[in-house]
Amino acid sequence: MTPVIEGWFTTGDEPRLLASRCTTCSNVVFPPVSSDAGAAAFYCRNPACDGQEHDAVELGRTGRVWSYTDAQYQPPAPYIAPTDPFEPFALAAVELPEGIVVLGQVAAGYGVEDLKVGAPVELVVETLNVDETGERTIYRWKPTGERA
Amino acid sequence: MSIVIAGAGMHPWGKWGRNFTEYGVHAARAALKDAGIAWSDVDLVVGGETVRNGYAGYVAGSTFAQALGWNGARIATSYAACATGAQAIDTARARIMAGLSEVALVVGADTTPKGFLAPNAGERWNDPDWLRFRLLGMTNPAYFALYARRRMDLYGATSEDFAQVKVKNARHGLENPYARFRKESTVADVLASPVVSDPLHLLDICATSDGAAAVVLVSAEYAKKHGIAQPVKVAAVSTVTPTFPNTVIDMPLLATDSSAVTGVPDHTFKESIARAAYEEAGIDPSDVDVAEVYDLSTALELDWIEDLQLCRRGEAEALLRAGDTTIGGRIPVNPSGGLACFGEAVPAQAIAQVCELTWQLRGQATGRQVEGAKVGITANQGLFGHGSSVLLSV
Repeated sequence: MTPVIEGWFTTGDEPRLLASRCTTCSNVVFPPVSSDAGAAAFYCRNPACDGQEHDAVELGRTGRVWSYTDAQYQPPAPYIAPTDPFEPFALAAVELPEGIVVLGQVAAGYGVEDLKVGAPVELVVETLNVDETGERTIYRWKPTGERA
Repeated sequence: MSIVIAGAGMHPWGKWGRNFTEYGVHAARAALKDAGIAWSDVDLVVGGETVRNGYAGYVAGSTFAQALGWNGARIATSYAACATGAQAIDTARARIMAGLSEVALVVGADTTPKGFLAPNAGERWNDPDWLRFRLLGMTNPAYFALYARRRMDLYGATSEDFAQVKVKNARHGLENPYARFRKESTVADVLASPVVSDPLHLLDICATSDGAAAVVLVSAEYAKKHGIAQPVKVAAVSTVTPTFPNTVIDMPLLATDSSAVTGVPDHTFKESIARAAYEEAGIDPSDVDVAEVYDLSTALELDWIEDLQLCRRGEAEALLRAGDTTIGGRIPVNPSGGLACFGEAVPAQAIAQVCELTWQLRGQATGRQVEGAKVGITANQGLFGHGSSVLLSV
């Protein structure tokens, strides 16, 4: 099992999102900045800061739902449907303690009926799709409140 | 100092399957005819770029100018995603206000594919517009649905409210000769259409269309010389960008800025778009008689009504239910029928909003006229931080 994208999240029992923190003003950015995108990726987003260096930091692994929805039709490529026929999945925007809202799919087995604005969720890592290298994993949001 | 909209013209929206240049020239000629101004008098052409029509689309200003017959005019081409038209208008306005142009023609036209708008081909692991599909399967309607669901959970909006926006706009657009969909919808029709992204049904979400719109902008002096008696004036054009931190998730991004360092700002990006327009014009939201807003989804119209300060946050459903946003009500919204009746033709759409308000303020919007309208505002937002709001007055 390998993450579908490198450097965005840790794996294991208590996975976390990985962010970049400006070494000058401490502003936190997700997705993390990467040299793949060139030097400009390292310019701090805070207009009051001219920092150009970032540390890697882990974000809190629990948050509150900002909003949520689902995909009832198969999204177009480059989305890769893990099943044929396509099975709908839920999506959530989640507010983390760092004052940042992060979009993600919702953990397998959960739908919009399990979510509410403000509801608690935690980060999990699950299989997004399988390709020639094996299972490719992605972070997802799992509801932790009582099921409706 | 203000500038004047001397003419407005459109090519009907639809799925015509023809070249965008044809639509653009049709709209341009209609706008020039409406203005009573000859093409040879135009000294500036600003085109709205289309990214789906090859090189001719990237240099849309020159494509339209050449198709109309080279007349030596200066040219510019603007791109600001859905806000392209407003930016094109702003470019023309700035040159006129600087005394560098007297008569400017602004044109936007597009052809669009069927179905979900998908990203360009190829693997781009640094492009959020590619990553959102690859990693999350996050389509445009899914973003619209996030905003819609928030209205339900925070303000008590219902699927029936969203459907009612479609019912209203479908009725508004019935008599609009440029609208693509001219058919009444019922709440039951909307609720019976398939759910695309919960809570939004297919009929809550706008289609993509072919279409074109154009305006002729002139200096106040030229308008006077030309004998335009009651000119529709451009009171403000707001093309503001967000202010850090942008704390509302924006298509196509996967996350917001963090508010930890500076705190949550007083106004969201969408609120700031309208605030900049009101401030520039010296016009108060309570002075607005009519609004054309970007109803990519039915629920988004309700967000815009609040962003434009036409009511307080969380009160747009009450306005809708009271009929206030229907023609004949206190503050009619989308009398053209909006995107619900047009479908989106990206570089043309913000110009089309201005065309509609021009006809409304002149009292020429046959079959959909907002009686006595003196002040109108448009609102829209383009991907990657492009604000768009135009305030018109007579």
